[in-house]
Amino acid sequence: MFLAPLSVGLGLMAVAAFWWTLRDGQYEDPVGDANRILVDDPEDRPLV
Amino acid sequence: MALTYDTGAAADLSAFLRRKDDGGASVELLVRGARCAGCLSKIEREVRALPGVALARLNLTTGKLTVEFTDASADPGRVVAALDRLGYPATPYDPGQAQAAYDREGRALILAMAVAAFGAMNTMMFSVPLWAGLFGQELGPATRTVMMWLSGAVGAPCAIYAGMPFFRSAWRSLKAGRANMDVPISIGVILTLAISFSETVLKGRDAYFDAAVSLLFLLLIGRWLDHQLRAKARSAAGDLLALQAPAATRIEGGAERRVPLSDLAPGDILLVRPGERLPVDAMVEEGASELDNALLTGETAPVAVTPGELCRAGAVNLTGVLRLKVVARSEDSALAGIARLVEAGAQARSRYVRLADKAAAVYVPVVHTVAALTFVGGWALGLGPREALIRAVAVLIVTCPCALGLAVPAVQITASARLFRKGVLVKSGAALERLAEVDHVVFDKTGVLTEGRPRLVDPVPAVVALAAPLARASRHPLARALAAEAGPGPMATEVREHAGLGVEGVIDGRRARLGRAAFVGVANHDHTETELWFGFDGDIKIRFRFTDALRPDAAETVKALRARGLTVEILSGDAPAAVARIAEEAGVEAWRAGLTPAEKAAAVDACREMGRKVLMVGDGLNDAAALARAHAAMAPGTALEASQNAADLVFSGEGLTAVVEAVDLSRSARRRALENFGFAALYNLVAAPAAILGFVNPFVAALAMSGSSLVVTLNALRTGGR
Repeated sequence: MFLAPLSVGLGLMAVAAFWWTLRDGQYEDPVGDANRILVDDPEDRPLV
Repeated sequence: MALTYDTGAAADLSAFLRRKDDGGASVELLVRGARCAGCLSKIEREVRALPGVALARLNLTTGKLTVEFTDASADPGRVVAALDRLGYPATPYDPGQAQAAYDREGRALILAMAVAAFGAMNTMMFSVPLWAGLFGQELGPATRTVMMWLSGAVGAPCAIYAGMPFFRSAWRSLKAGRANMDVPISIGVILTLAISFSETVLKGRDAYFDAAVSLLFLLLIGRWLDHQLRAKARSAAGDLLALQAPAATRIEGGAERRVPLSDLAPGDILLVRPGERLPVDAMVEEGASELDNALLTGETAPVAVTPGELCRAGAVNLTGVLRLKVVARSEDSALAGIARLVEAGAQARSRYVRLADKAAAVYVPVVHTVAALTFVGGWALGLGPREALIRAVAVLIVTCPCALGLAVPAVQITASARLFRKGVLVKSGAALERLAEVDHVVFDKTGVLTEGRPRLVDPVPAVVALAAPLARASRHPLARALAAEAGPGPMATEVREHAGLGVEGVIDGRRARLGRAAFVGVANHDHTETELWFGFDGDIKIRFRFTDALRPDAAETVKALRARGLTVEILSGDAPAAVARIAEEAGVEAWRAGLTPAEKAAAVDACREMGRKVLMVGDGLNDAAALARAHAAMAPGTALEASQNAADLVFSGEGLTAVVEAVDLSRSARRRALENFGFAALYNLVAAPAAILGFVNPFVAALAMSGSSLVVTLNALRTGGR
């Protein structure tokens, strides 16, 4: 009985998360983001 | 008709700066050639290192670099220069309001799609037990009603939200007195929701909430594909253009100031440097130069101007600095006249009825009549109003234009993706549909059939090398062509450029001149504009002749078009002799020369009135009106802003064969779209009677819908393939 609303709630959370990623501009530059991981930024080096 | 002259004068780019409240400013640049992580980090690092730059971020997907400056007096030109040094040509551009609104629309569509997907999945969860009940599994009436309520609670809000784009579009089209594809979709969805609710309340058997939501989900995919197609074309085509900064240099009390074009009034004094375009019609006050009228009239050869002469807006100043007096406001100038012609043409074209809407015009009345007859007939034959209504709604659901909504966008996105890989940019789906119907091709000459660049005729290397040191020092287009032929080498000293005449300098201690016949010292020679003379003082004089060479694949393209049953014609603004030569080389019999922009447009109109569907391929300002009036239009990537705007398809510079490929693919796309329509019709012929006879229940409806959409999409993927 509680499983049905639970699954709908989970679904709603997924929609909310998607809406957040959309608003956050995460789909603006897929190619750039994929390449950015390859860029070594000297300021981001581990401390040791 | 456009001759590309390299002039290399730096333009003032501060008009592209957008000022911000905190005293900073930002500019957006379109960077070409950046592809990898290396380019990205190099560009961002170098630009950030420039003084006054607060932030630089490159979007690799769109190729746009956003640069923020700490203060508003910054010079974007420095950023462009820095990028140039790195080897990435950049152009500032102004995204404008329209683009932002368009992006918002796209985002709303994606969100609607996400909601529909969520709704479809979660409604299905409650629908599966209901379907099981239909097939004799144990499902008590109480449980069934609970399941129906639950699926309604999830499905209906999702359907209403996801259906908004369709409801709005349907409402707009109904207000305009027409019915597009969105009208049956909206009616179908709303009726389905209504009947499902009433069935739920009356504890009935059939609830179609899942069908309504999944239908919308499938349709939104089609809608979003269509949107993507146009968005891609917008950002790529719209931005290449931006360099024609809408500003002019006005002399105010001895000082120069950049002002917007709308501020110019007759009587103002303007300064136009070599390489700049004349912003308005103006009279030469001081200075002598040569003007490139190619974009306006189609003449290949530059025209010399002296004080007192009237110059028209759109001409490019080639050699000398000119002071001009404005004689007409921006909106009264020759350029604006062309713009008005273009606008009229674009309006005519917007009346084109798209394939899907044509299908809807047939489909909507038929389906709605069938549904209405089912209701009336069923009631009359003793089914009872409730059962009759359920059957009528079932007809609407199974025949719902799901396949139709996907049929065309899916085909067109496949076709345009294939064309994009071949360097052809499609601006809209309607453009592909129009291109497929074309039966007559009109080419412009210069810059389309020809390379649009002067090239030396029969060069003798020893002679070219003799004149090259002087040619390298000159900015004149013909001298540049000569220098290009000679390659890198020494440069003449003590060079003086005589505007409108030629260039003078010292080569190996001997004084020499390069330019017009009289300037070099050849008497009694009727000088033509496509030649240069060269000679040392007191020595014999040499003549160089130039021509605008045919593109290597022009003849092949013309032949290929003929083989596809198209007729080919050349309409040019250039002199008859030049056009005749090119026509013969390209193998075209029908040609007309010396046409004004308006005459070109009229010639296209005349073809249209004869019932021909014209494809216009042109690049100059003088083609813009004809491009806008033609049934379909293509422009090379080197074309001017106005022409690219007026064209449906833009192909990247080099090969003319792109025209043939575009025609082929558009025809293939049309075939697939028609096949899809045929399939949808066939499907409806089976589904509609089944629904009328009451064989359709929610499970069958869900299967039929997704099945037909799948078939249509798979067929679309065959577009342009072997």
